[in-house]
Amino acid sequence: MKKLLLIGIKDLKLMFRDRAALTFMLLAPFLLTIGMGFVTGRFSGGSTGLSDIPVVIVNLDKGDLGNALEDLFNSEELSGLMEPNASSDPEAARQLIESDEASAVIIIPKGFTESIIPTGGVTLDPNYVQPEPVKIEGYTNPSSPTSAGIVKAVVDEFISRVEEGRTSGMTSIVGLMKDGLLNPLNVEKEASELFQNAAESESSAITLKTNIEGSDAVELDLLSYFAPGMALMFLMYTVSYGGRSILAERAGGTLPRLMISPTQTTQVLGGKVLGIFFMGVAQVGVLILASTLFFQVRWGDALGVIVLILAAVFGATGWGMLITAFAHTPAQVANTGTVVMLIFSMLGGSFIDLENFPPFIQTISKITPNAWGLDGFTTLALGGTLKNLTEPVTALLVMGTVLFGVAVVLFNRNGLVQK
Amino acid sequence: MESILEVKDLKKNYGDFAAVKGVTFDIKEGEIFSLLGPNGAGKTTTISMLSTLYTPTAGDASIGGHSISKDPMAVKQVIGVVPQEIALYEDLTARENLIFWGQMYGLSGKSLNSRVDEVLEQIGLVDKAQNQVKTYSGGMKRRVNIGVGLLHKPRLLFMDEPTVGIDPQSRRAILDTVKELNKQGMTVLYTTHYMEEAEELSDRVGIIDHGELIALGTQDELTKQVGQTDTLILHINENEDTEALAESLKGLDGVLESIAVDHEVSIITPAAEDVLASVVSKANERGIKIRSIDIREPNLEAVFLHLTGRALRD
Repeated sequence: MKKLLLIGIKDLKLMFRDRAALTFMLLAPFLLTIGMGFVTGRFSGGSTGLSDIPVVIVNLDKGDLGNALEDLFNSEELSGLMEPNASSDPEAARQLIESDEASAVIIIPKGFTESIIPTGGVTLDPNYVQPEPVKIEGYTNPSSPTSAGIVKAVVDEFISRVEEGRTSGMTSIVGLMKDGLLNPLNVEKEASELFQNAAESESSAITLKTNIEGSDAVELDLLSYFAPGMALMFLMYTVSYGGRSILAERAGGTLPRLMISPTQTTQVLGGKVLGIFFMGVAQVGVLILASTLFFQVRWGDALGVIVLILAAVFGATGWGMLITAFAHTPAQVANTGTVVMLIFSMLGGSFIDLENFPPFIQTISKITPNAWGLDGFTTLALGGTLKNLTEPVTALLVMGTVLFGVAVVLFNRNGLVQK
Repeated sequence: MESILEVKDLKKNYGDFAAVKGVTFDIKEGEIFSLLGPNGAGKTTTISMLSTLYTPTAGDASIGGHSISKDPMAVKQVIGVVPQEIALYEDLTARENLIFWGQMYGLSGKSLNSRVDEVLEQIGLVDKAQNQVKTYSGGMKRRVNIGVGLLHKPRLLFMDEPTVGIDPQSRRAILDTVKELNKQGMTVLYTTHYMEEAEELSDRVGIIDHGELIALGTQDELTKQVGQTDTLILHINENEDTEALAESLKGLDGVLESIAVDHEVSIITPAAEDVLASVVSKANERGIKIRSIDIREPNLEAVFLHLTGRALRD
């Protein structure tokens, strides 16, 4: 383990002495982020982010939950960010998207509350199957993807909290009845109160996550989208740079020299992988730190950011190793790495929000660490925490593990050095 | 004297190509043993197998009592390797390189630092130790390359053509270092295609060609194989047809062998003074101007020429 670390640290040290690589790994993404900031008006001196997102709420439910969601969009906390308008005609509301007058339309269908808080009460029948809740419909404007994304995030968060409340409420009531602590005659009343509380707690949960101290509005800073996009794009360069170093060491004789020393092959390979991982973490870490210090980019929950960085770098390192295992020369890794970097960046949403792509492209994008990483960083920027990162973090870890496995098989087959 | 290295019928094939065709030799503790042969003879492949980097196709070797096939990790502790290419991290300083490689050999803490100081002293780079290796001359890099191989005080040091591509002064310093290390008790396996280096350093020499060990012994034993012969070397001007001259000299009385290499023609003869006049005359006949002539007593070059019909530099 010690040698593994020593090799990894040595590689990190070498990276920081390679000025050309440093320029590409740190300066280029930083400058591109600044460029994106200018293009999007982030540095124009006016608003520091999105505000007054036009959203139309069609509340056909008029029940407790439907009203709670409508109230949420009209709440004080979201007043700077959202500009909600009520409508009773779903078709007319959808037309507003067509005419580009709204970023999103939320249709709360009739019976939404009833499907979640059944007025018929709760049954102890073990075979009882709870009905599927009526789904909220959302329509977003492709020309304003970020605004639409924010609206969607607010609704998703609301639904997620309602789901949590529904499950926990049901479990609590059934538990109380089994223990004889709740009279079955009072079940309906208790259930309604529980769900009501759950619905009411939505606004506070969302408010806590999106409220920014000293600001009059909840904002998704555009740089919080572009900065990770650029960082993830150049992360792919960094991992291919690291992979290239394996072949460069092979050609330069230091890899054979390592193999001649009393060091196991697994330690040598593991150390090189660790080096790539360190480089990736250092690169993304430096970019995050710099963008926070210089542009006040809000990355969100610190623990979530750290875990996501580690997972994203792990997934990307897997790709770096796979590219290296297939290549024969450092130049091949460099060329392939650059192509992969650009394709993954486009597919993964570093330039254009993935929601603008057709569904099959969105599906293909799942092979990229960029897509999962951006998904996670956007979640964090919108107020999510580590708890909300289960899917992207798991996907990135699985991605990295599978790719490492394939790379190790290839290295074993071909040999780290010619034998 | 006890053998520290015993090589038995070591072979290495790459597909149909046999790079090493079953070499057998041993090295006694405290010896300098040279493997002498032209480029592509199989010297580096042999050293690569002995240093456990390449797996032999057949045969085995024992180093310090450990088999290279069965116990490579134990072998690695006994040997130090100075590879032919400069295997260093050019963006690190000499000291950083030595520290890193020392750590790879299990050194750490104060013992590592003091050993690095000793090695820097030994290779004469104390003053430049904090400079990045990429700022060094070729000779200085070679010295650091050697220093890395010495860090863990190996009992047996493999040096694979350590003087290739460096200036005469650095070459001299390296040869002196090898002799000094040997004086201190280190056994050395030295590969080279320079006859002079093998002659100056070696207790025993193995001559290798096309993957085969074609001669083995002390210099005296080897030169006796070619009998009491001299080597006459004609230095010819550029653009002259040395091949044709060498061919025409083969018919002269007293010429045992005649070979053209670059701008020289080497002639093996029992007595140089007896053939000198006829050789010069032959050259004049062909209109070839001789710049100078060297007469050398029996040496390893002559042995190689005698055994293979080719010069070492072919």
